[in-house]
Amino acid sequence: MTQPWMKNRLVQWIDYRLPMFSFAEKELIDYPTPRNLSYWWNFGSLAGIVLVIMIVTGIVLAMHYTPHVDHAFDSVERIMRDVNYGWLIRYIHTNGGSAFFIIVYIHIFRGLYYGSYKSPREILWILGVVILLCMMATAFMGYVLPWGQMSFWGATVITNLFSAVPIVGDIIVTWLWGGFTVDNPTLNRFFSLHYLMPFVIVGVVVLHLVSLHQHGSNNPLGIDAKGPQDKIPFHPYYTVKDMFGLSAFLTIFAGFVFFAPNFFGEPENYIPADPLLTPPHIVPEWYFLPYYAILRSITFDIWFLSAKLIGVVLMFGSILVLFLVPWLDRSPVRSARYRPIYKQLFWVLVIDCVVLGWVGGNPPEGIFVIIGQIATLYYFAHFLVLMPLLSVIETPRPLPTSIAEPVLGGGSGPPAAAPQTMEKAQ
Amino acid sequence: MRRTLGAILAALALAGASPAMAADAVAPPSVKWTFDGLFGSFDRAALRRGFQVYTEVCAVCHSLRLVHYRNLTAIGFSEDQVKALAAEVEVTDGPDAEGEMFDRPARPSDRFVSPFANDNAARAANNGALPPDLSLVTKSRIGGPDYIHGLMVGYREAPAEMEMSEGMDYNAYFPGHQIAMPAPLSDELVEYADGTEATVGQMAKDVTQFLVWAAEPELEERKRMGVKVVLFLVLLTGMLYAVKRAIWSDVPH
Repeated sequence: MTQPWMKNRLVQWIDYRLPMFSFAEKELIDYPTPRNLSYWWNFGSLAGIVLVIMIVTGIVLAMHYTPHVDHAFDSVERIMRDVNYGWLIRYIHTNGGSAFFIIVYIHIFRGLYYGSYKSPREILWILGVVILLCMMATAFMGYVLPWGQMSFWGATVITNLFSAVPIVGDIIVTWLWGGFTVDNPTLNRFFSLHYLMPFVIVGVVVLHLVSLHQHGSNNPLGIDAKGPQDKIPFHPYYTVKDMFGLSAFLTIFAGFVFFAPNFFGEPENYIPADPLLTPPHIVPEWYFLPYYAILRSITFDIWFLSAKLIGVVLMFGSILVLFLVPWLDRSPVRSARYRPIYKQLFWVLVIDCVVLGWVGGNPPEGIFVIIGQIATLYYFAHFLVLMPLLSVIETPRPLPTSIAEPVLGGGSGPPAAAPQTMEKAQ
Repeated sequence: MRRTLGAILAALALAGASPAMAADAVAPPSVKWTFDGLFGSFDRAALRRGFQVYTEVCAVCHSLRLVHYRNLTAIGFSEDQVKALAAEVEVTDGPDAEGEMFDRPARPSDRFVSPFANDNAARAANNGALPPDLSLVTKSRIGGPDYIHGLMVGYREAPAEMEMSEGMDYNAYFPGHQIAMPAPLSDELVEYADGTEATVGQMAKDVTQFLVWAAEPELEERKRMGVKVVLFLVLLTGMLYAVKRAIWSDVPH
């Protein structure tokens, strides 16, 4: 449908030279979208909006923050006490980090449930995993900036992981630190990179969207659209649905920002960093706890490989294995709705990840070691053994013939009364 | 799948809310604070009493370096009172035109003057233990205000079977129970200007509330704004849901 403002002569003059208006019309308004997307499909756009919130609040915080070991902690407290609404901006930023991970984790699990990584969306999925890796790096470095006890000791533990690399490990760690311990050069470069990475993420998000719009969204049935009756224009249907989802999210988010702003944080990080005083338990932010559990689950050397090296490899491997998912899952059926066994294993994986997070938050002693090892083993078994195996042994339930069929009752024929379909749009 | 969203969020929240607990920590008694809850606010009289306890008792050893004297107008002191309060303390300034450092009475724009020149001086005066700065103490300890209050009222005779180190006291709520700080409060230790009876329990509550204010001076403004923001968002969400329903009414789904 041609928008009325496209007839404006100034719009046409600009669009002839820079097609921003026809681009917006094609990708944001007319963009054909499956009619049956559930609320689980809200989390993609939500993640994008939270990214923008993080960048905007982050830029303001950077105006008042001082990346120096002697001043970082006090400059953050100055933001909290003396900068106008500094407490609001900082609490939005810190809670925004947690919200970003909750949203992105739901987004990823949605992709796993509905097989959104399958052909032709493999690159879309891979770009998503790249975004996750960039987010993790950004969040880790951001947590170091307030220079509290957990900032310092978290940075020490995580950067020290690289010393597990054979032969050149120690050289790498010294290079990362810019010295012989986590100190001012480390804080300086982390601040620089923490400011840079979000814009790298924006770049990958753009690629993620280009890739998404090439074939359009997957949908809860996991089948391709057969015709115009299966799709509706993005605007106003999904713009209003995304707006509603955003508003619901912001309500919950505001609840944390205003009434429990330190719920996701560690009390210990309100103590200034002290290189001479190790906290009793060093724990990362909650969104890293599952990886932390995997890292610490390896308590034994294997042949010439140290437990530390294997732990580090598995920790990074737990993300890297996601790159292979489109090729580990050979089942032709996308949606777990029609995969009776995969559907159950999906929920076992979700529980497994929660268990890993729980283990990661507890000291590596006694029963937690065993539980962590079993959960780690299961995590990798899910992807490397069960996924390929299911492709062979599982009998999927019969798929509907079209997206419109279960809704409209008929076959793939044109719906009786559906003025909103893409037929009208085109 | 929709039903499970709540379950996942709750599980994630739980996973996040399981901070590593310090060894041997005993949960302090739960106090009903006026600043708790959605509409919580500080009790101004309690804040001023707490300030008195901090100044006359805690400040002998503990700094409060992130708070400025000017901030005291927020707990009900007039600007002239704040000037007078600040002027009671000497602060080192300089160098002057001759290059000399000099002492002068503190001004409202100064931070609370610390009792010791540096950490080493503080340790030397305290049997090797460093009295922590109290600016953020209610935020930086697991248990928050309840824990700080518990610490004030938690001094007991050490159990017979417990081996106490030299110069340490037994505290029911301190992790490990051996604390270098001797019991700071005793009944009638301060004489409250407003005539309130200065029991240990009263002083502990007052000074804890003062320290919560010192750590989170934005607390009242934050909660007041939060109520408005959440109410607005609930309304907006409801309206957007109605709009969404109306727009989607011609899409069978």
